[in-house]
Amino acid sequence: MINLTPQLTTQQLTDPMQPEPFRVKRVMKESYDTFTLEMEPVNSERLFTFAPGQFNMLYIFGVGEIPISISGDPNQPAMLVHTTRIVGAVTKAMSKLKTGDVLGVRGPFGTGWPVSAAKGCDVVLVAGGIGLAPLRPVLYQMLAHRDRYGKVVLLYGCRSPEDILFRKELEKWRARFDLEIFVTVDYGDSDWHGNVGVVTKLIPKAPFDALNTVAMVCGPEVMMRFTAIELQKRGVQGEAIALSMERNMKCAIGLCGHCQFGPTFICKDGPVFTYPQLQSWLAQWEI
Amino acid sequence: MRTLDELLHEHEFFKGFKPEHLELMAGCATNVIFEAGEYIFREGENADVFYVIRHGHVALEIHDPRRGPIAIDTLQENDVLGWSWLFAPYHWHFDAKAIKLTRAVAMDGKCLRTKCENDHTLGYLMMQRFATVLADRLQQTRLQVLKLYD
Repeated sequence: MINLTPQLTTQQLTDPMQPEPFRVKRVMKESYDTFTLEMEPVNSERLFTFAPGQFNMLYIFGVGEIPISISGDPNQPAMLVHTTRIVGAVTKAMSKLKTGDVLGVRGPFGTGWPVSAAKGCDVVLVAGGIGLAPLRPVLYQMLAHRDRYGKVVLLYGCRSPEDILFRKELEKWRARFDLEIFVTVDYGDSDWHGNVGVVTKLIPKAPFDALNTVAMVCGPEVMMRFTAIELQKRGVQGEAIALSMERNMKCAIGLCGHCQFGPTFICKDGPVFTYPQLQSWLAQWEI
Repeated sequence: MRTLDELLHEHEFFKGFKPEHLELMAGCATNVIFEAGEYIFREGENADVFYVIRHGHVALEIHDPRRGPIAIDTLQENDVLGWSWLFAPYHWHFDAKAIKLTRAVAMDGKCLRTKCENDHTLGYLMMQRFATVLADRLQQTRLQVLKLYD
């Protein structure tokens, strides 16, 4: 039986409440409402080590602070990379940052994806919309140590072809013989020749051995709920499914209680959980 | 060369069907090929057939005069295309277009309906299978309208 113990990877930060200034090196537009920031520390030669799945608190001075998952390559710790969608005042201000601008960074915080526990298994990553960003570091990590894993499959769903993130990278990965990439959209125009339908539809036919598979799922809660059900229908054990949760966070160290979800704090006990840890809470109307 | 009942036997949709039923249905079957870009059927046309896809990729489309064709679902190997042959008035609800070269077995709907009427065990089996297909597609459609990724 596969058992994913959540990887508690929180590092000893000198002062977890003190933002460190980072300078924007590059801003990349991923889609009409999503962008990626590449950043470097202003004051030090610090290498930003993190585990895939962890997040940072990003602070736009005078506007506010929000949690965002790290979307970069854990093997390239000189560069901190975040991808986010414009949904509120902070992300809107963030989208207007230019090369050379400075913002505050606290982190990394939280648990990571069960990358080590997945060794020797097939791995299926299921991403919905912006949920691909927190899973991208897993792919980097697995591709850097490809021989440690069985089949690696990415199932990615989004609204339309215009919403596809990291398109060039997906095309590059798709050309590899040791990685299976399936993308589906909710609706496609006449230029789209790929799959149409929700991401759960890809699960029954995806090439992995369900009994020896670790699944990592990231997207909106309702998508993760139905994905976990579909994975189990295919034969994947509930214990072998990991999900990444999102909540409004303030302190990021389990003090303020803003991100409480049932008996857990998303910031401290998550954001990555096993499905059995969350299953009974996911369908609750109000928590 | 494989016979039509062998092709049906290999298809996911017919798993568990008895050989005598497959043989019976093979009498309503023909092999078909659609080139990439070719329309298999159009909305409103008579639905006298359904297809078991052996290989390829098919898009179900709705045509919007402003936006052109919009793909709302895609089907591939081991899927079944078309259920309108089962229910009056037997007209297609969408357009179906082969995105890639597609090989399928076309099942004559009128012929099958007659066989299902004459053999209720076969009729029940077919209804059971199509009900599963319809339930799956309904569930997917519900998730699609939820705007799952927002």
